[in-house]
Amino acid sequence: MSAPAPVPHEAAEIVIEVSDLCVSYGRHEVLHDVHLQVRRGEIMVVMGGSGSGKSTLLRALLGLQSPSRGCIRLLGQDITRLGEHAMHELRTRMGVAFQGGALFNSMTVGDNILLPLREHTRLDENTMRIMMRMKLALVGLSGCEDLMPAQLSGGMIKRAALARAIVMDPPLLFFDEPSAGLDPVASAQLDRLILKLRRALNMTIVVVTHELESAFAIADRITVLDRGRVLFTGTPDALRRSEDRRIQDLLQRRADIAPVDPEVYLDKLTGAPPDA
Amino acid sequence: MHIEVAVEGPYTVIRLAGEVDMHYSPRVRDEILKYLNGRCNVLVDLSGVDYMDSSGIATLVEGLQLARSMDLRFGLVGVHGPVRQVLELARLDHVFAIHDSVEDRLRSDRHN
Repeated sequence: MSAPAPVPHEAAEIVIEVSDLCVSYGRHEVLHDVHLQVRRGEIMVVMGGSGSGKSTLLRALLGLQSPSRGCIRLLGQDITRLGEHAMHELRTRMGVAFQGGALFNSMTVGDNILLPLREHTRLDENTMRIMMRMKLALVGLSGCEDLMPAQLSGGMIKRAALARAIVMDPPLLFFDEPSAGLDPVASAQLDRLILKLRRALNMTIVVVTHELESAFAIADRITVLDRGRVLFTGTPDALRRSEDRRIQDLLQRRADIAPVDPEVYLDKLTGAPPDA
Repeated sequence: MHIEVAVEGPYTVIRLAGEVDMHYSPRVRDEILKYLNGRCNVLVDLSGVDYMDSSGIATLVEGLQLARSMDLRFGLVGVHGPVRQVLELARLDHVFAIHDSVEDRLRSDRHN
């Protein structure tokens, strides 16, 4: 695999900026004072174990989870203050590939991919269909437009979901667990595709994953979350060199044996709102 | 985005400048299809284009598709930078006849 492009120049515009972000479920805070900056054209990988808050952070970035405090600026707009219409407009500039694909089972693959174009543009049908076939070719699914999602393998569903996420050429792409459930070959193919997209379209890409190999293959920088806090943000090389025990545990896939917060543990036993 | 049209040799040259995105590509499409439907050979000059999204690329594919069905010539000139990268990403750089300039295309026609 080709090496990721160098970290974009420090002067590149910041397109994602998260400041002092706190998210709570009921009285249980699952993200605490999270700070994150991503520059245009950068691939930022967010990692962490189960319950680290990475899925909650993704939901917050997508505007699907309201923060209890803090600010999230995407492409210069504070989404915590945006009205419904403005958020709808902003979402046309964000592509999201969900972990399970989130394809509509009642529609063909082609119609699933055409959905954002039909909803948000007034392009001619012929133009839209060519765009859809171009994206299918890009993700290696040429000729699959008339298949139903149920006829696709897990890897194909992920690629179809990616085709739908990029059909509008969004400047921001969010990818939830791209490698989960894929064999190593399919996973490496998807990694190469993510790098290709960034290089050709200068997309800013946020990938949430727990797959170390994939993270090191694609990331310009990695943010590690631990119990809702940012434990580390930096290059893959800096992550490898980190002497923090929790980072080393993550890299060596050791189980977390640190004592849990007694109050959080009590919440879990008594059925308080779920963890992130 | 800006569009200029000129006749050079056997071609109607459609010169695009600026950014061709989903907002402007329908205008480009109208222009390309108008000249092809008028049975003109078309060259699209992209030397002034800073950015072209996939709706612009799809519009060029439509132009090529229509030109072939009508036995007309259709090509691109001045493809550079990000536009070339997007064409390469879509594996279309070998599908279109691409030349550096209109003069280059005319010279190539004379030799073939």
